[in-house]
Amino acid sequence: MNTFGTVIASPWGSVLAIAAMTLVTFLCRIAGVVVMSRVRLTPRIERGLRALPGSIILATILPVVIDNGLPAIIALTAAIVAMAMTRIDIVGLLVGLGTLSVIRALG
Amino acid sequence: MFAVAFGTAAAQKGLSLGETLGLSAFVYAGASQMVGLEIWQQVWTPSTILTIVTVTAIVNARMILLGATLQPWLKDEPLPRTALNLFLLTEAGWLVGTRYHSEGGRDVGVLLGCGIILWLVWLIATLTGFFAGALVPEPRRFGLDLVMPIFFGVMLVPLWKGTRPALPWLIAGLVSLVVHALVPGYVFIIAGALAGVATGMLIE
Repeated sequence: MNTFGTVIASPWGSVLAIAAMTLVTFLCRIAGVVVMSRVRLTPRIERGLRALPGSIILATILPVVIDNGLPAIIALTAAIVAMAMTRIDIVGLLVGLGTLSVIRALG
Repeated sequence: MFAVAFGTAAAQKGLSLGETLGLSAFVYAGASQMVGLEIWQQVWTPSTILTIVTVTAIVNARMILLGATLQPWLKDEPLPRTALNLFLLTEAGWLVGTRYHSEGGRDVGVLLGCGIILWLVWLIATLTGFFAGALVPEPRRFGLDLVMPIFFGVMLVPLWKGTRPALPWLIAGLVSLVVHALVPGYVFIIAGALAGVATGMLIE
């Protein structure tokens, strides 16, 4: 344990983190094929997994944005509005970053 | 585009070029790479590794669905090729592949070729974003410290299919805020995502 702790505190920790992330991601990628050849996914589980992408986004960004205060909230709103209007992701991103830098320059 | 944003965000977070490309080349799943950056450490401990692995697993659990729909197509394929195909599996490749399959195409090479091209584009875009992020002198001034949340917010728009399917997202966001206020670390991502999945399972 102690040597393990020392090793992962070194730059090898990043290598280990990437390797571990790669492994679990690959398991997710093959799980559908492996599991489906044995049992069927129930509609309930399918609904749950469908709700996942949006849930992850909100769960990840909401605390980060709120911690960064009003400028971040306004910038995020501007980005979403721009994206909803144009449907071009780079426009949404640039409007968001632009709004944030303008607010920061003024503040 | 996603990979450019990831590269920029990774450079902002202080990841080395090797780490950034390593994530894009091997993990190769945008959402989990982005969320992973949020948890990324300069110095790792067993518990932070465990956190990032758990979060990655939850974020990428949606790929189970993609794999499940491909199963009938891939079941008679040689194992190594299927393994490579699934390693390269992404939403975009899946979309092209299933469209081709539903039009009667059966050549798995289409799925594989699509996967390889998308992977190369992903790496080049990551590299571009990384240099863009690393070269900007005052990143905060251009809002680059918040590339991740803003880009993620933009990604919500195409996912929007009306209020009802978005209800789990709301629950996920609320749970995540509460957990973030109460518990140190990054448990809030896990708690929020699981709350969203649970809500999705409960509502018809």
